[in-house]
Amino acid sequence: MSVLILEQTLNGLQFGLMLFLLAAGLTLVFGIMDLINLAHGSLYMIGAYLVAAVVQATGSFLLAVLAAMAGTAVIGVLLEVSVLRRLYTRDHLSQVLATFALLLICNEIVRLIFGSQPVMLSMPAALAGPVQLLPGFSYPAFRLAVIGVGLAVAVLLYLLVGRTRVGMWVRAGASNREMAAAMGIDVKLLFTAVFGVGAALCAIAGAMLGPLLAVQVGMGESILILAFVVIVIGGIGSIRGALVGALLVGMVDTVGRAFLPMLLRSFLSPAVASGVGPALASIAIYVLMAAVLFWRPQGLFPARA
Amino acid sequence: MVDALLRVKRLLKHFGGVIATDHVDLSIAPGEIHALIGPNGAGKTTLIHQLSGALRADGGRIFFDGRDITRVSLHERVHFGVARSYQITSIFRGSTVVHNLALAVLARTGSSLRFWRPLAKEDPLFEEARALAGQIGLGGRENMVAGQLAHGEQRQLEVGLALATRARLLLLDEPMAGLGPQESQRMVALLARLKGTITLLLVEHDMDAVFRLADRISVLDSGRIIATGAPEAIRNNAEVKRAYLGEEAAAL
Amino acid sequence: MHNRLVVGTLLLLVAFPLAAEHWDQLFYVSFATRILIYALAASSLNLILGYGGMVSFGHAAFLGIGAYTVAILMEQGVSSAWVSWPLAVMVSALFALVIGAISLRTRGVYFIMITLAFAQMVYYLFISLRAYGGEDGLNLAGRSHLGFGLNLTSDLTFYYVVLALGVTCLSLLQRLLNARFGQVVQAIRDNEARMEAIGFPTYRYKLICFALAGGAAGLAGALLANQSGFVSPNLLQWTQSGTLMVMVILGGVGHLYGGALGAAVFLVLEEALSAYTLHWQLGLGLVLLAIVLYARQGLAGLFVGPAPGRRSTGG
Repeated sequence: MSVLILEQTLNGLQFGLMLFLLAAGLTLVFGIMDLINLAHGSLYMIGAYLVAAVVQATGSFLLAVLAAMAGTAVIGVLLEVSVLRRLYTRDHLSQVLATFALLLICNEIVRLIFGSQPVMLSMPAALAGPVQLLPGFSYPAFRLAVIGVGLAVAVLLYLLVGRTRVGMWVRAGASNREMAAAMGIDVKLLFTAVFGVGAALCAIAGAMLGPLLAVQVGMGESILILAFVVIVIGGIGSIRGALVGALLVGMVDTVGRAFLPMLLRSFLSPAVASGVGPALASIAIYVLMAAVLFWRPQGLFPARA
Repeated sequence: MVDALLRVKRLLKHFGGVIATDHVDLSIAPGEIHALIGPNGAGKTTLIHQLSGALRADGGRIFFDGRDITRVSLHERVHFGVARSYQITSIFRGSTVVHNLALAVLARTGSSLRFWRPLAKEDPLFEEARALAGQIGLGGRENMVAGQLAHGEQRQLEVGLALATRARLLLLDEPMAGLGPQESQRMVALLARLKGTITLLLVEHDMDAVFRLADRISVLDSGRIIATGAPEAIRNNAEVKRAYLGEEAAAL
Repeated sequence: MHNRLVVGTLLLLVAFPLAAEHWDQLFYVSFATRILIYALAASSLNLILGYGGMVSFGHAAFLGIGAYTVAILMEQGVSSAWVSWPLAVMVSALFALVIGAISLRTRGVYFIMITLAFAQMVYYLFISLRAYGGEDGLNLAGRSHLGFGLNLTSDLTFYYVVLALGVTCLSLLQRLLNARFGQVVQAIRDNEARMEAIGFPTYRYKLICFALAGGAAGLAGALLANQSGFVSPNLLQWTQSGTLMVMVILGGVGHLYGGALGAAVFLVLEEALSAYTLHWQLGLGLVLLAIVLYARQGLAGLFVGPAPGRRSTGG
């Protein structure tokens, strides 16, 4: 039993960290540029597909991840410069429509190139086995690697945003865009750079989650909505909030799915419990978000002035 | 001694560590034009926010016509008889002048949970709105879209919206804001016409207007009322001078 | 000119199925019915989004609730339209009342997110209803019974019933918008703070508007269940809410026919493009993108200019 709890906790941590990668880019884009980007999940999907393609071609997972990061960043920057830039001054509704359109376009282009069937992305052979963490408890090496990558990125982002001049600009932009521009920060370049970095982060998440979930068209939509939940809970524009929010959501979702049905079975019939359990677990994070929105609408760590 | 229409007792408001309203006492008689002046940052607008209900006070009480309205919501206070106008013009820019005023009249004439009869057919409502337009000096401009009015005319409409509520006490936040000399004259005339029929609490920087209109003046500095009295008394008050002009001026 | 366009469209809508039947192209009648249903759904969203200024990202939930109400009742043996359709409206309106009561305490992007959250909750709720199909959905035994010699199993009859309901609802919408309630709601959209400051309890009006829109969406859902003979939680996915929003924005936010126009164009585009190619979503995406970037007021805006002033909603 305790092994199960340990395992699920690590799973929750792993999922949460990957959500963080997605949420970090999304929260900065939303916080600094005030842009609702429904196509953010598409960058994650593109990243996963690029990894799959490069692994197919070269056999090297590491090379594939790096190539996907670069490729997705380039695609992200291209998108920003050509389309998204025109949406910064528009209202949220127009942004929803435009990025929804981009979502459709991206889905279809990927389908054109790779087809509708899920694509095979296997984890690197070196990490395919289990690792014994404690006597009697083994955990998949790949998932440990995912946790490692997630933590590494989190630390890197913390250093980048918290300790460098560029990071200061980013925080200034997230807190008050006009003020940042008035202080002489090249806001346009900053936006493009933030977008590119966000895209690269999506690619990493796609690479890490690809072997665990399925790589297929539409994989972006299901995770995008979780990312939005994360940034709302964490506070729009705040990286720290994205981390805390992501861990919270990752944990609640994973642990909830694992244990709620079990818990319910103790006082409901197994048929009802197995039906209601997963649903309740899924609902849990939305209840959490609704509660945060109700009592602390700016989120746990509001970045905006 | 006529009972005060508005009585404020030890009103307190702080934002974090900053005390914006420092145990303010204020008393306004019915029919009075009471001006609230003070240097920038004194907390005049914050006080108006609390009196209108936009901000909740942290301490103290507000009595209107004997009733405690401290906890009454903003829109409810309008029905009690307290309405305000804004320093930054807040009108319905896409609608005509008469429609703007009609909305305010609508708020106090029966329920608006009506889903069938077109509003445009409610003649008495629009007649009253047109009369109001005349009263505030926008008589001939009723069908102009509010967003296309000149700044001065928009300020007139701004006051007109508050007037249209038939509130007994109007809280006017810098009605002269941004007005040129001619427009200011018109506004002063408008407000002077209201004297006696309605009670006004006027926040203003325009000293000319203040001394022409006010029956009594209160001076706010750093959240505290430092003086209250007749215009002449305030004009000669040393503390007031100090607050506005600094130590040297008071010494003169 | 305007009225002629409306009357002309109406005549076309009435005559078209007869022509379709004549030329044995009944598929188009079924397709047109679907358009009419989505026109109703999109118009209900337009009420709160375009006229009320409330950007709800969870409207598909009310569509789904209406659909499921009809399906579940039919599963339980109740197939009279006179019972299940009004119930669909009421249940949806009730959900909207509760969701709105909580959501309307928030503003701006937070309102968008919280409506999304609630829609997701309802979505998962229906997935968990194993007894009614769960994730796989539920088939309806047939169409609702209307009586009076009107057999809804006939696509033609069903089309005319839907048309009648749609036209009625749109007329009611127009009346509502010109009446006190609609004028107040629109003024709240324009300047909520000032509406409060002149004495309107704005929260109350927004909530009632939200509930009304939810109920109307519920009716659309009831009709949708009948039309496709099938309900599934997919009806409540957030992407469906997104699609409804896209329809409204496409057609023209705050225009009387914005919802209808947007639904028609969207579905026709979808159908036409998918006949051309498997990758029709690409074409659709490009068209939508072009419209956002170059036709800011939506399609209705192209025809009639920016949304009319608050004085009246001629359409």
